[in-house]
Amino acid sequence: MTQSPPPPQEERRAVNVQVRGLRKSFDGQLVLKGIDFEVAPGEIFVIMGPSGSGKSVLLKHIIGLETPDEGEILIDGQPVQSQETMNKYRMAMVFQSGALLNSLTVAENVGLYLSEHQLKPPEEIARIVAEKLELVGLKGQENRSPGELSGGMKKRVALARALVIDPQLILYDEPTSELDPLMAVAIGQEILELKRRIDVTSIVVSHSRDLAFGIADRIAIINDGQIRFVGTPDEVRHQSDPVIHEFLTVDFKPKERKESS
Amino acid sequence: MFQNIGEILILLWRTLGALPLTLRHRRKVGDQLFEIGNASLLMACILSLFIGGVIALQTGPRLAERGLSNLLGGLVGLSVCEELAPVMMSILIAGRIGSAMAAEIGSMRVYQEIDALRTMNIDPIHYLVLPRLVAITVALPILVLFSILVGWIGGALVCSLNHQIHLSFSAYFNNLRQAVEWYDLTKGFVKSFVFAVVIGIVSCHQGLQTIGGPRGIGRSVTKAVVNSIVLILILDYFLTRLLLFFDKR
Repeated sequence: MTQSPPPPQEERRAVNVQVRGLRKSFDGQLVLKGIDFEVAPGEIFVIMGPSGSGKSVLLKHIIGLETPDEGEILIDGQPVQSQETMNKYRMAMVFQSGALLNSLTVAENVGLYLSEHQLKPPEEIARIVAEKLELVGLKGQENRSPGELSGGMKKRVALARALVIDPQLILYDEPTSELDPLMAVAIGQEILELKRRIDVTSIVVSHSRDLAFGIADRIAIINDGQIRFVGTPDEVRHQSDPVIHEFLTVDFKPKERKESS
Repeated sequence: MFQNIGEILILLWRTLGALPLTLRHRRKVGDQLFEIGNASLLMACILSLFIGGVIALQTGPRLAERGLSNLLGGLVGLSVCEELAPVMMSILIAGRIGSAMAAEIGSMRVYQEIDALRTMNIDPIHYLVLPRLVAITVALPILVLFSILVGWIGGALVCSLNHQIHLSFSAYFNNLRQAVEWYDLTKGFVKSFVFAVVIGIVSCHQGLQTIGGPRGIGRSVTKAVVNSIVLILILDYFLTRLLLFFDKR
C-alpha cells in the first residue's frame, strides 16, 4: 500500500457519497440488506434507527473499514476501497468510543494525522492541537493520557482529532452519546460550524432526535438493515410509517403512583 | 494453518517493503528498543549466567575424572554461542516481548485504535509492525552476544569454584579461545537474527488478527508465544544443518 500526501487545502472541497445496493452479512446473518442512498457535497446527512439496525456497520463501509459482500460505495464516483481514493480525499471518523491511541497523550492523538503524514512542523502542530482542543472545551489537557479521561472527554478529543484533518468527508458515530446536554449542543453546533467553515460532507449516525432534527439537511431512517425513508427533517416528521412514527415519538412515561387510601 | 503461514509471509513481505520508511519511524524504533532492553537485560543476564554454569557443572566432573577438564572452555564456549544463547534468549524474548507485542496490537485492534489509524490513512503496518520488527531484529542479536559473554563467565565461575573440576579462569578461557572461532559466533548471530524476525512477525500478525474482547487478546498472546517457540525450535534444526554445510573446518 502506497501512501501519498493528501491534497493541499485550496484544492479540497466537500465530496459526494453514493451507496449502491450495499449488502453485508456476518456469520451468515444478513446485517445490511441492500442499502441505497446518495449524500450531496456539503450536506449533513443523519442516519437514525434502533440499536442493531446496522447503522455503525454502514458507517464503517462508507469509510472503507469493511468490504461489502455486494454493492459499492463511491466517493465522488470513485470506489472507497481503492488506495487511490484514500490518498486523494481527506476523510475522518469520530468513533463512538473515541478510539484514541492509549499509548499516546491527548496532544499526540489530536496531532497524529499531521505528524504521521509530516504535513506541518512540530511547533505548528502544537499550535493547531491547542486550538482544536480549546474548540471542544479541553484547553490545557494536552499532556493527559486517554486513560485519565472520562467517556465524554475521550469523544471530544476524538472530535478534535477529526477537526485537525480538515476533512472533506467526516463521519460521526453517535457523537453526542455519553455527553451532558450542554456539551451535546456544543458538539451539534460544532458540526454545523464545521460545514460552514471548511465545506465538508457530514454523515452522522445518532439515536438523538434533538441532534438529528437540529443539524440534519436530510435524515435517513434505517431499520433491520434497510432504509425505510430518506427525507428532510420536515418530511420525516410527517411520515405516517408506524415504525418511523414510533421511533420518533416514543417517550418515557413514568407510571402513575397509586394513591394509598 | 496454511492460511496463517500465507498471511504471515504476506505481512513479512509488506513490512520488508516498508523498510525504507524506518528512518521516518526512528522514534518509535527507539522506544521499542528501550522497551526490549529494559524488559530483558537483567533476565538475560541471570539466565545466561546459569546456562553457562549448568553446562560446566554437568559435564565438568565427568571430564575431570578422565583428565579432560582442560577441554571445558571449548565445550561451554561452543554450546553457549552456537546453540544455547540464541535459542534460550529467543524463547525468553518470545515470552517477554512477543507476548507484549501481541497484547498491545491485539488490544488496539479490539478497541478500534487500528480502525482509527486506517481512517486517517495511516498504514498499521508502517505505524505498528515496522518499528517493532526493526527493533527486535536489532535488539535480539545484541542480547544474544551479551548472553554469550555472560554464559561463558558463568561456565568459568563454576569451573574455578567447583572442587571436582578445579579449572582456573585462564586455563578455561585459553581453551575457549582455541576452540571458538569467529564463524561460531556468526552462527549464533545468524540464528538470533532469524529468530527475531520470527518472533516479531508472528506476534504482530497474531495481534492484528485479534477478535473479541479481553479473552480474544489472551488467546492471541498465547498463540503468539507458542507459535513463535515452535517455529524457533523447528527453524533451529534447519538453520543448524545449513550453517554446518558452510562450516569448512
